[in-house]
Amino acid sequence: MPDRSESNEKPETDTRSKFGQSTRRTFLSRLGIASLLATTGPAITTLAQRSERIEPGFSATPKDAIPVSLRVNGKNYSLRIDPRTTLLDCLREHLHLTGSKKGCDHGQCGACTVHINGRRELSCLSLAALHEGDEITTIEGLGQPEKMHPMQAAFVTCDAYQCGYCTSGQIMSAVALLKEPCGPEDAEVQEFMSGNICRCGAYQNIVAAIQSVRKGTKAQKSG
Amino acid sequence: MKAFQLIRPKDSAQAIAVTAKTKTVQQGAEIRFIAGGTTLIDLMKLTVEQPQNLVDLNRLPLDKIETLSHGGLTIGAGVRNSDLAHHPIVRKNYAVLSEAILSGATVQIRNMATTAGNLLQRTRCMYFRDPAMPCNKREPGSGCGAINGANRGLAILGTSEHCIATNPSDMNVAMAALEAAIHVRGPKGERSIPIADFHVLPGNTPQRETVLEPGDLITHVTLPPPATGARSLYLKLRDRTSYEFALAAAAVIVTVADGKVTRARIALGGVGTKPWRSLEAEQELMGQSATEAVFRKAAEAALRDAKPQSQNGFKVELAKRCLVHALKLVTQPA
Repeated sequence: MPDRSESNEKPETDTRSKFGQSTRRTFLSRLGIASLLATTGPAITTLAQRSERIEPGFSATPKDAIPVSLRVNGKNYSLRIDPRTTLLDCLREHLHLTGSKKGCDHGQCGACTVHINGRRELSCLSLAALHEGDEITTIEGLGQPEKMHPMQAAFVTCDAYQCGYCTSGQIMSAVALLKEPCGPEDAEVQEFMSGNICRCGAYQNIVAAIQSVRKGTKAQKSG
Repeated sequence: MKAFQLIRPKDSAQAIAVTAKTKTVQQGAEIRFIAGGTTLIDLMKLTVEQPQNLVDLNRLPLDKIETLSHGGLTIGAGVRNSDLAHHPIVRKNYAVLSEAILSGATVQIRNMATTAGNLLQRTRCMYFRDPAMPCNKREPGSGCGAINGANRGLAILGTSEHCIATNPSDMNVAMAALEAAIHVRGPKGERSIPIADFHVLPGNTPQRETVLEPGDLITHVTLPPPATGARSLYLKLRDRTSYEFALAAAAVIVTVADGKVTRARIALGGVGTKPWRSLEAEQELMGQSATEAVFRKAAEAALRDAKPQSQNGFKVELAKRCLVHALKLVTQPA
């Protein structure tokens, strides 16, 4: 879907497209586009035309866009977006907060977990337009590399990830868990974290990281 | 997802007026209420649901839990599942409801899903969820892919030759045992529907799942006062210990005096096309000794009319054992 945002706010420092400063993201996306063009350029056009035909309800013009005001990580954004835009797509594609991940896009994996008014919810199963007036917090608002949230630090210390794709969702759930009626045992942490799938299987270390923050002890890698 | 218009009503009356214009509130409705969105957004992404209008209920004041003067409880339609499950009065007086809700989904989903949304939760039958497959519920007349198909998780009670889809909700099973009443405000005024009459069997019209009519807005659910001296339990059996739908579940509320059952409310989950209250099991228990032999007779009665499919025959015995075990646990001396 084309980006229809007319965001009033731009990221304060956007160095990602500057020459010689490629991030992993920009490098991979350029690589992806280059290889796609090389191999499947004509096919993309055909596919685009076909999807126009299949979905007559789909409009590529911004005429259906609606104004939506969101507050994310303490900043206010005024946007015009398609009403279909999920909160996850809005965060990633319109506000360029790409820390929240799209795993299954059907509420089954937890990679998109964010905090809404301090509680964890799935941003893929909610429309951005339903969150006016809510205080939305993403992993970017939780901490930054130079000033990590204790849970982020514990995940690093405990080696609580492998590929890292589920990690932001895991951490958002883990931080929310600290305020939830979760019992002290590992089994209860596992139950409270069951909505966050880790395909690499870093579960033991995830539980260890969470328990170290809950107990206020120095985090240690388990196993 | 198909394009839609988002409508933000300023009050319930406006929400009702807008939706009264739709032809149906059953499968394929062109106007849908949206609250938590955990079922609807999912189904819209799959194009199983294609509403042209969504009416946002999240700003309406439907999120209160209050004690009634006669000792019962009123639960706003918009109360989130997690708030309901952790509410001190629910935990104390309606523990079976708290246990049922906490056995379903995940913390994130329970933080979003609402009481009314959960009452209207749609089946997880894979033929319903995949528009490439035949499904009489999604597309009446297209056939049922599940009968003689992948039906391991589907229903054995209340099925028809047109549909064997399971009602997936845990909350509904507890609500059935608690004899909840669903309060609805519609174009013709207000009415209260006992939960036993709220969901309908698939029969020849599996696309119709409830008695709701266009414009009907669920405002709240009421629970009667808790039965004196009763103990309750929700037991859920499933393939995984967490974040999985029930293969069989039992909500039991039982009062035992001098070794005899003086009151019993039994509902089964994971096996019925609707939340399955079993009056047959209750009758077998009434006035009888609280023994395993009696519990087994009750379980036999509850599953007497079971019609297993090609892959879910195991559910008949599983549901019986689930009920027997729940009854044993709930009648154990404290």
